[in-house]
Amino acid sequence: MEPDDEIYANGEPDSSNNRNRPIISGEQLDIEAYAGLYTGRTKITRLLFIADQCGQNNNTAMQMEALRMAYEEIKKGENTQLFRDVVHKIDGRLGDKYGMDSAWCEAVDRRAVQKKEKLENELNAYRTNLIKESIRMGYNDFGDYHYTHGSLADAFKSYVRTRDYCTTSKHVIHMCMSAILVSIETGQFTHVTSYISKAEQTVDALDPNTVSKLHCAAGLAHLDSKKYKLAARKFLEVAPELGNSYNEVIAPQDVATYGGLCALASFDRMELKNKVIDSINFRNFLELVPEVRELIHDFYSSHYASCLEYLGNLKANLMLDIHLHDHVQTLYDQIRNKALIQYTHPFVSVDLHVMANAFKTTVAGLEKELEALITDNQIQARIDSHNKILYARHADQRNATFQRVLQTGNEFDRDVRAMLLRANLIKLEYKASRKL
Amino acid sequence: MYTVESLVAQIQGLSSSAGDLSLLLTHLKQADEFLHNESTRLFPFLEQLDPTLHSLGYLYILEASTSGPVTNEQARRLVLLISRFLTSCVADQIRLAPEKFIAVCKSFKDQVLMLEAPIRGVVPLLEAVKKLRSSEHLTTLHPDFLQICLLAKCYKTGFSILEDDIFEVDQPRDFYLYCYYGGMICIGQKRFQKALELLHNVVTAPMSSINAIAVEAFKKYVLVSLIYNGQFSTSLPKYTSSAAQRNLKTLCQLYIELANTYSIGKISELETYIQTNREKFDSDNNLGLVKQVVSSMYKRNIQRLTQTYLTLSLQDIANTVQLSSPKEAEMHVLQMIQDGEIYATINQRDGMVRFLEDPEQYKTCEMIEHIDSSIQRIMTLSKKLTAMDELISCDPLYLAKVGRERQRFDFDDFDSVPQKFNI
Repeated sequence: MEPDDEIYANGEPDSSNNRNRPIISGEQLDIEAYAGLYTGRTKITRLLFIADQCGQNNNTAMQMEALRMAYEEIKKGENTQLFRDVVHKIDGRLGDKYGMDSAWCEAVDRRAVQKKEKLENELNAYRTNLIKESIRMGYNDFGDYHYTHGSLADAFKSYVRTRDYCTTSKHVIHMCMSAILVSIETGQFTHVTSYISKAEQTVDALDPNTVSKLHCAAGLAHLDSKKYKLAARKFLEVAPELGNSYNEVIAPQDVATYGGLCALASFDRMELKNKVIDSINFRNFLELVPEVRELIHDFYSSHYASCLEYLGNLKANLMLDIHLHDHVQTLYDQIRNKALIQYTHPFVSVDLHVMANAFKTTVAGLEKELEALITDNQIQARIDSHNKILYARHADQRNATFQRVLQTGNEFDRDVRAMLLRANLIKLEYKASRKL
Repeated sequence: MYTVESLVAQIQGLSSSAGDLSLLLTHLKQADEFLHNESTRLFPFLEQLDPTLHSLGYLYILEASTSGPVTNEQARRLVLLISRFLTSCVADQIRLAPEKFIAVCKSFKDQVLMLEAPIRGVVPLLEAVKKLRSSEHLTTLHPDFLQICLLAKCYKTGFSILEDDIFEVDQPRDFYLYCYYGGMICIGQKRFQKALELLHNVVTAPMSSINAIAVEAFKKYVLVSLIYNGQFSTSLPKYTSSAAQRNLKTLCQLYIELANTYSIGKISELETYIQTNREKFDSDNNLGLVKQVVSSMYKRNIQRLTQTYLTLSLQDIANTVQLSSPKEAEMHVLQMIQDGEIYATINQRDGMVRFLEDPEQYKTCEMIEHIDSSIQRIMTLSKKLTAMDELISCDPLYLAKVGRERQRFDFDDFDSVPQKFNI
């Protein structure tokens, strides 16, 4: 291949003979493997989300698969409301085995009522005894109870109540982690942020694992509020020892994906190299999602076509992720814009045909994209539409300064004259009002 | 004991030196009422006096004869007389009796309008303004003169008066009218920046209650702002009077809507909006300006293209700017090149336009001189500002107002304003 072609040729085809097939990849999502990454309530929520998305895309096979797994997972727990929801969604399409099991519902509800009474009695007893530790445990148990039965708001309230009875830092950490968990489930990321900062203030009881968990939660909070740079920084700080210990919220594959994409969309070149590509910690995470790793390397080495191709392949699966779903399009647009800017940056003139080839798009479409970026002042260049060439253009500082100087002078002149006039008028008005 | 003859004799005798003139002035003031009673009989006596030598006396008699209502027949004669007087009178003498002079000019203006020949009044009134005015001071004549210019469509003459700075004003109403008419003249001359400045002064002038002049000025201000700047910010500056801030927007809702439609950027929407409200714009006499607003939108879109493209085909320009054909695009671009609004060359063979940079390099002698004179001007202005500041700080009225409003300290505390002013 000629050296010129390397700039726009595709990267080497990815060898798909890995021992462990990556779970988040360009191929259709393997729901069982995906669900196996998570435990607890988030597993169910994710499965239901996938089912909804597939339902919107008319992908019935995946939808049924997801619903089936959700049903089984819910049956293991004690949340009858979710059970009713999932049965309604299945609508009898999976056969009798996955139908409404009223007996099970009633049994669970009865058990729930009994448990609640028992917990209430215990809590009242503890409260009269005024033993802090027992009251704290009581509220905690209440919180757990509400959580398993799906009333998340009550769970949150109960966890927060333990705050007054926490005596050691460990207790505070425990409260914060529980509160964070519930807040992430309900999507109230403002609470997440406040409890993270609370937890980070109790320095003595923080072990590295908890620190990593807090970083993950912080990353998710920033992602939700669209602060991609901060989210990327947080995800990149997560230690690889996290492993699967935070499965009730996030899997290490997610850390890699979210961190990688946010970094690509928001970091500049130096930061990308230092913090992502050269980072030993993050490399362990990227191993779990080789496609993300490949696309980051492609971007850095200017193989834009293959980078964008990987992105395109990943898109379908990323849209099924509950946290990333709303941000996929924005992140993609930002990455694409950065690629365009980075491509044009080193050149004085660029042939739009070659560039369109590199980005696998038409010249007309490319021209429109570049026009938007130029108007936005992200690229300093001008388009020669006749010959289809992009010329870099550097503003003439000297002329611009002269222009500004003359303009400032004019404005000063105008404003001072107007001021003097107004002062005069006010004086007149005052005199007139005095005479009255 | 007064007779017109004796007065005429006195005028002829006492018009030579400054001392005599002041004596003459006292005489004339005493005889003023008598003159007014004799107003109908005074014409023949005017012929005995020479306006160049006896300006003061001539003025008094002229004022007396024009004080009553004037018929069409009389007007024709009077207009000739007064024109001659205004062009030939001596400035020093008439400055001794400015109110009379202004009264004469006002009635002159009315007569000229009655005869429906405003153009006859332009040159005499121009002379009158030049003679009456003391530097930087606004007289009642200024707005009248501008009004005549507008009616006669002599924008250039009117514009020459606008170039001088004004710093002192006697009557707020004069000032509002001056700025409003001045703005209209600048619009006629297509000097939009100065028009914007004048209209801005009216809109932001201190006023205790909103007046119609400010409302009309505001409407024009919105339109000119769109034409010249391509945008209009609805928030008026802080120093605008509260009356204006409260009322202007509600009274000119139509124009604010127009500005909003303009900022969206779609020509078709703008044109439909204008079409639906055509009669209202017409009744405000603003339809011409509104049409200019539409063409300014095309201009602005084309100007934006110069920032992103080096060359562009006429077809693409027509598409981006929502014109109907490349021919129309070519016409617009050509007009803009001629007006100096963009720098470009049109290649008709390929149907391409090549956009060029502003050739101004700021390296010529003229540019250096221009910058130097601007610096000088601003330095003088600064000095004037400091001088005025000092003057006001010593003004007893100002100190009295501040003294009243200052906080009540204990007697032991340092008294920054002397007790004398604490009335």
